[in-house]
Amino acid sequence: MARMKFLCDADRCIECNACVTACKNENDVPWGINRRRVVTINDGKLGERSVSMACMHCTDAPCAAVCPVDCFYTTEDAVVLHSKELCIGCGYCFYACPFGAPQYPKTGNFGSRGKMDKCTYCAGGPEADNTAAERVSYGANRLAEGKLPLCAEMCSTKALLAGDGEIIAQIYKERVAKRGYGSGAWGWKTAYKESIAT
Amino acid sequence: MKKNVTYADGVRAVRRFGTHMAALGALVIALLVATPAAVTAQGQPGAVNPTASAVNEKQLLDALRPGQGISGRSSIPDARASRLEQPDGRVFREQRDASARTGGLAILGMLGLLVVFYLVRGKVRISGGPSGRTITRFGFVDRFAHWLTATSFILLALTGLNITFGRGFVLPVVGPAAFTSLSEMGKFVHNYVSFAFALGLVLMLLLWVKDNFPALRDIRWFLQGGGLIGLGHPPAGRFNGGQKLIFWSVILVGGAIAFTGYMLMFPFQFSTTIFDMQWANVWHAFLGLLLTALIMAHIYIGSVGMEGAFDAMGSGEVDQNWAREHHSIWAEKVLSKSSDGRPAPAE
Repeated sequence: MARMKFLCDADRCIECNACVTACKNENDVPWGINRRRVVTINDGKLGERSVSMACMHCTDAPCAAVCPVDCFYTTEDAVVLHSKELCIGCGYCFYACPFGAPQYPKTGNFGSRGKMDKCTYCAGGPEADNTAAERVSYGANRLAEGKLPLCAEMCSTKALLAGDGEIIAQIYKERVAKRGYGSGAWGWKTAYKESIAT
Repeated sequence: MKKNVTYADGVRAVRRFGTHMAALGALVIALLVATPAAVTAQGQPGAVNPTASAVNEKQLLDALRPGQGISGRSSIPDARASRLEQPDGRVFREQRDASARTGGLAILGMLGLLVVFYLVRGKVRISGGPSGRTITRFGFVDRFAHWLTATSFILLALTGLNITFGRGFVLPVVGPAAFTSLSEMGKFVHNYVSFAFALGLVLMLLLWVKDNFPALRDIRWFLQGGGLIGLGHPPAGRFNGGQKLIFWSVILVGGAIAFTGYMLMFPFQFSTTIFDMQWANVWHAFLGLLLTALIMAHIYIGSVGMEGAFDAMGSGEVDQNWAREHHSIWAEKVLSKSSDGRPAPAE
């Protein structure tokens, strides 16, 4: 099986936020939650770069490790998913996540925040693939249809890449070799404990 | 005289011109080549080297100090969305595991210690045997404060242990769905009961602080093993060295647990950084487990571990011989006050 990853080529990202919008639309993400966001580093300064960030579907995911009720699971494609049936909304995964991916529908205390929501890599949840129950809780399941996450599929500059880690790493390496520079595979060192030399 | 221009002259002139042109051309080319380099050196826009000037993730990560993350600007209203990366999340996970492990070992260690102590020393009896006459040790308010704190602490400890270790021990037994219901209920109990615990801490502090200031005789009490390990009973006032230790542990550690607990209960209200939430979580768990271990010893000595001890917080009336042995100074004071044989309550 493939080892699915995201890779944002910050030298290509133009901060159009279309990935953010596409994600919200495709998954009917609840109000106030953004499963994907674009962060601009050194905004307005020389050499600023924008990075589109969501759940990176970490290797040895820290969210899963700290969850008191063990509601996370990793699919065969190495996508980190969770069960909203089991989640108790404690917030520990938010403290542990290096990328700020877990979010809650309500601002409130430990207990009234509601079930955690995060990027599913457009792979739904534990319910049967593409059922109404899955759709309501987690959004689309494009992976089950043989499609990649919509954020990456519709990225206009092909800055955001999704797919098997080795393949998207190869694409990024070729780009870096051809143009002669790259600001790095953002988040890879933290998420996968490996990086791509630029 | 007009000079005759020969063919040879013409050829020479053309050659000379060619040489000049070649030199000029070389100069122009040299200038063209040199110009961009000169402009780049002056740092004018349009000649930026994207490799050198772009932000680089590796550099940003290398520059991070503990508690920091890579932040930028995001168009999403939630300010926390502008935090791109916080590798400390993994550190939090390690610290949380370490604090749970250490605290869990402290609890198991205390349990083992108490069992061994009971087997070796047995129940601490009243040396002179019960006298049959009692004096009042704790009035209603004292006992109310104690049991308010005690019952809430036991509920908090059980639900806290469930959040920390339930995944490993309870979940495999009851199954995921039941464990989520249990934990969700436990979480509400933990939240609401915490207010009773905090109130109990305040009450106990107000009621007992005046008798809990450390004194020189406490050192002697500890050197003699409090009459638990060695023989004979070192003198003590209303509270002996061990009780003072428990009192200050409960007040200070319990207070720290309550403070970090409210930080977690109202996330990002006391502080806006995720780093503060992480240490609050780690210390809340660690101190909670340590206090649980300590309270286990307190429960032991107040129940099966010592004859006559439970009455102090049970009925509030303790046997006179027990009082003379464990709190000699306090007992003398109380008994001398009550000339009519009706002892005054512990004050």
